[in-house]
Amino acid sequence: MKFFDLLFLAFSTLIRYPLRTMMLLIATSIGVMAVILLTAVGEGARDYITGEFKDLGTNLIIVLPGKNETSGGGGPADLAGIAPRDLTVEDAISLEQIETIKNIAPIIIGETPASFGGFERDVPVIGTTPSFLSVRRMEMREGNFLPGVTLDRSPPVCAIGTEVEKELFGTSRAIGQWLRVGDRRCRITGIIDSEGRAIGIDLQKIVVMPVSLATALFNRPSLFRIIAEAESRIYMDQIKKDIIRIIKKRHQGKEDITVVRQDTVMASFDNIFNVLTMALASIASISLFVAGILIMNVMLVAVSQRQSEIGLLKAIGAKNRQINKLFLTEAILLSGSGAILGLILGHSITQVLKVAFPTFNFLPPTWASVVSLIVALVCGALFGLIPARRASKLDPVMALTGEK
Amino acid sequence: MIQLKNLSREFQVGNQVVHALDNIDLEIAEKDYVSIMGVSGCGKTTLLNILGLLDTPSSGDYILSGINTSQMNDDEMAKIRSTKIGFIFQSFHLIPRLTAAENIEIPMILAGMSKQVRSEKVNKALARVNLTDRSDHRPEQLSGGQRQRVAIARSIVMEPKVLLADEPTGNLDSSSGKEIVKLIEELNAGGLTLIVVTHDKQIGKRSNRVVRLLDGKVISNQEQ
Repeated sequence: MKFFDLLFLAFSTLIRYPLRTMMLLIATSIGVMAVILLTAVGEGARDYITGEFKDLGTNLIIVLPGKNETSGGGGPADLAGIAPRDLTVEDAISLEQIETIKNIAPIIIGETPASFGGFERDVPVIGTTPSFLSVRRMEMREGNFLPGVTLDRSPPVCAIGTEVEKELFGTSRAIGQWLRVGDRRCRITGIIDSEGRAIGIDLQKIVVMPVSLATALFNRPSLFRIIAEAESRIYMDQIKKDIIRIIKKRHQGKEDITVVRQDTVMASFDNIFNVLTMALASIASISLFVAGILIMNVMLVAVSQRQSEIGLLKAIGAKNRQINKLFLTEAILLSGSGAILGLILGHSITQVLKVAFPTFNFLPPTWASVVSLIVALVCGALFGLIPARRASKLDPVMALTGEK
Repeated sequence: MIQLKNLSREFQVGNQVVHALDNIDLEIAEKDYVSIMGVSGCGKTTLLNILGLLDTPSSGDYILSGINTSQMNDDEMAKIRSTKIGFIFQSFHLIPRLTAAENIEIPMILAGMSKQVRSEKVNKALARVNLTDRSDHRPEQLSGGQRQRVAIARSIVMEPKVLLADEPTGNLDSSSGKEIVKLIEELNAGGLTLIVVTHDKQIGKRSNRVVRLLDGKVISNQEQ
């Protein structure tokens, strides 16, 4: 029996029972569609989270105040209720002694009103040093970021996001103007070009000022975090140890900071989302298996309905193997076309969702399409095996007389 | 052509063993026209099924064109059914979703013949049974007589040696029944060995030989 003829015979049955065929196609396509949609959501979530990090430079080490103790109860200090020491600008300065660190960007965050002329609005303020620009990979649209600022020098300058510029200055020139931020005044030296978010803050809405100015403005010395950029990746573990050693010494021997490598944070997020996507895909695959079982049931019914046909085929010379192939082809044809329908549906719905929710990126991964197609086909073949076998084993005499 | 030696076929029904065929000895020559007659349950359909290699005897030998079939496996028997034996049935057994031409094509599809050869032979077979103008009709659009003619076309398209007919006129009115009998007798005259299981005394009279069965035994075997 030629392959094309096999397809023709199987296809003629599918056409003959349109309702049955439609139901099975729908069942399979829902399974495949579920895989596509759920993995699109999983990948989209991963993209959303890692997008928060991907604008960061490479070889970054992040120093956070406080230490998450995971081993049993704390020491006497904890019992006495003493809060962990603050991470200060002086701590950041002390890290300059590590020679393999290229840049140090301390970060302090707060929110305060900013005003110019008659306009005022609340803005998120980031206090930092010029290193922030390279660490964040930000671009300036015009002007300079924080000219003349170092860890211990803080002339009254600031850079603003494009939205702040538009709302406070409209079409007039912002650079060179004195902006009132809280109870301080600082000269605008640059406009930040970048979009996107840093530490959860929209870059278009921020005002960035020197770190010491910000600590004075908010009247607190504690930094949100320190970001250090290593000369090269190979120094990173050593730098991590050095940072802990230096800060511990400054904090009376108490290790009250957390130091993480940005790449390991990225990697673990990536891992988490990989697992999440896989989990979603497996949940969706269950519906594929259900569709497979449905195909098996319907095929079993078909075998008993078509007994006399099977008997006839045997009488006119069909080998058992050919009968087997015929039913198997039918099952695979069903699950295959169902899967293709599901792929089309899944991807179209993803496009619709993209339009409906533009902030969230739906990304159906290629592997999900490939895997769901393969799983559907394997399901069809696997669940088609039993009915096909039953059909091929029918006794031709019984099958021929089994009819009305 | 066909030799049956000491052939028996037993069925287990509950605790009882039923002898559907009991020590049958029978020879049928090439190009013969044999009718097998007897009351219901005498074993004539079982005999036809064994002759058509759809069923295997419990004991004894069936020699077809000099080949003993008792040692054959399923595939070998399927091959013989495909190339040497044609079947027609009381209820036609056409596949309802296929056209007349496609139904006739099926044995050749199973045999793996190419499309060109097939359509040539389908046309020839359709012409042989006078249904050229009905080739695109589905069975439900055909009369009983026409359906049986499609079935006959299907049975001869592989150019078999033997045509086995199980009550071929049983579901037909007398005029289309006569047509069918005429057609298969023409085929017999053309060299095909014809074996008909029937109740129809007319067919019995017309055949070269009548084999009568009773309780699985041959009670008479007369040339006429």
